[in-house]
Amino acid sequence: MDRRETPQDEDSTHAGVRKLLYAVDEQGRYTSVRSAGWEVEATATRTALEEIARQRDDAWQRAHAGQTSPLEVHMHDCRMDLPLLAGAAGLWRWRVRRHFDPGRFARLPRRVLDRYCEALGLDIERLQRVPPREGPEE
Amino acid sequence: MNTVNDFRHLQSAHCESGVVSSMLTHHGLPISEPMAFGLANALTFAYLPIIKIGGMPLIAYRMPPRWIISKASRRIGARFVFRKFRDADKGMAALDELLDAGRIVGVQASVYWLPFFPEEMRFHFNAHNLIVYGRDGDDYLISDPVFEEPVRCPRADLRKARFTRGAMAANGLLYYPERIPEAIDYERVIPKAIKANERIMNRSPLPIIGIRGIRYLANNLVKSTRTHDGRRRLPLYLAHIVRMQEEIGTGGAGFRFVYASFLQEAADTLGDDRLAEAAQSLTAAGDGWREFAVHATKVSRRKSEMEVAGLADVLRDCAEREADVWKLLRDYGTHPARTATAS
Repeated sequence: MDRRETPQDEDSTHAGVRKLLYAVDEQGRYTSVRSAGWEVEATATRTALEEIARQRDDAWQRAHAGQTSPLEVHMHDCRMDLPLLAGAAGLWRWRVRRHFDPGRFARLPRRVLDRYCEALGLDIERLQRVPPREGPEE
Repeated sequence: MNTVNDFRHLQSAHCESGVVSSMLTHHGLPISEPMAFGLANALTFAYLPIIKIGGMPLIAYRMPPRWIISKASRRIGARFVFRKFRDADKGMAALDELLDAGRIVGVQASVYWLPFFPEEMRFHFNAHNLIVYGRDGDDYLISDPVFEEPVRCPRADLRKARFTRGAMAANGLLYYPERIPEAIDYERVIPKAIKANERIMNRSPLPIIGIRGIRYLANNLVKSTRTHDGRRRLPLYLAHIVRMQEEIGTGGAGFRFVYASFLQEAADTLGDDRLAEAAQSLTAAGDGWREFAVHATKVSRRKSEMEVAGLADVLRDCAEREADVWKLLRDYGTHPARTATAS
């Protein structure tokens, strides 16, 4: 990559963080260059984030229809999927999947809930509630 | 309150090679990030369908976490102490103790729980590396190699980031050098490192690793669109590939530019034209990867006429360009007499 062609797309997903790239100067010598971001990469990141948002929305609607537990919504809020949540909570995937059942989730003992709290960084009251429509309150 | 004052933060492209470079430089053995990366023979290509990230196959452009630090240090004759902890309190206490003793400490942590990362960059990647160089009240002073400036992190957050469970869990891993050589014997270690890397790229026994792996991915891309679900997921799959290649910490084009920079530095150090030529070829290969990212994003957003078959051809072209590089370096290091005459 030519140093002069290092992308400086401010409208990126870097939030002002400039990252370091390696590029060649006019003499073909490598130097490090700071880049404000690259539209191509930002688009890829946004595609991934949109998919997470889509899944979250879907889970949120099902949670309100009583078809899934708040746990699934929290999982997406935390940008996790089933294998990640199971790993972070130290539970088998099939157990986590069962806890998406609202009835089962409501009856979970404290020690299992604590695992989810730890994995998702939530306190127990928030874990047991379906979060608001818009996603994590931060 | 305690700070290590003489530590200088260096920004790097990649976290692990950056930590190695910063730590060794701090301890009096200056080494650039590309050199650390290259001496660890960390460049690769791997398409690993059995390891899933968000339901997508893992596509790696470098060797797995901790490879760089252990391989680079072994090769130059340095020794690092690695410590893991079952108990988070003990893990934090050990960190404090080392800091109070005036050490800088390498730490593995999860990106998601580090509050200084911008919202859009926060994904669950447990194997991020950073240097803790001091503390100030309840804050740790952190040199995160991918950031421009040093950052701060509250104790509770660093604790959470160090002790998150799951795939590639850090288990509170911390490390610091125990013995560092006075100088690096470049004449000896560069050929070794390049030879080891050539083996990975050219001679993998598995079709999913090295240059064969790139071609495998190209074929798989076409194959994946034969099912309805595959077509539906194609935009996500392409975005996934681009993110693996470009997002934070690769120095551009999936580490190709970092390694090319290493080859150039090695060429200067050893006075070897063959390495300079290889550096140029690899830069061209890196440019190929960047083109692929551009096309892939367009196809993903349906803003291109290009079909998946065309995209696969761009990828095959990358494989060709990389093959050129490693053809040049095919017998590198095995005939020391020939490399010596070049200098």
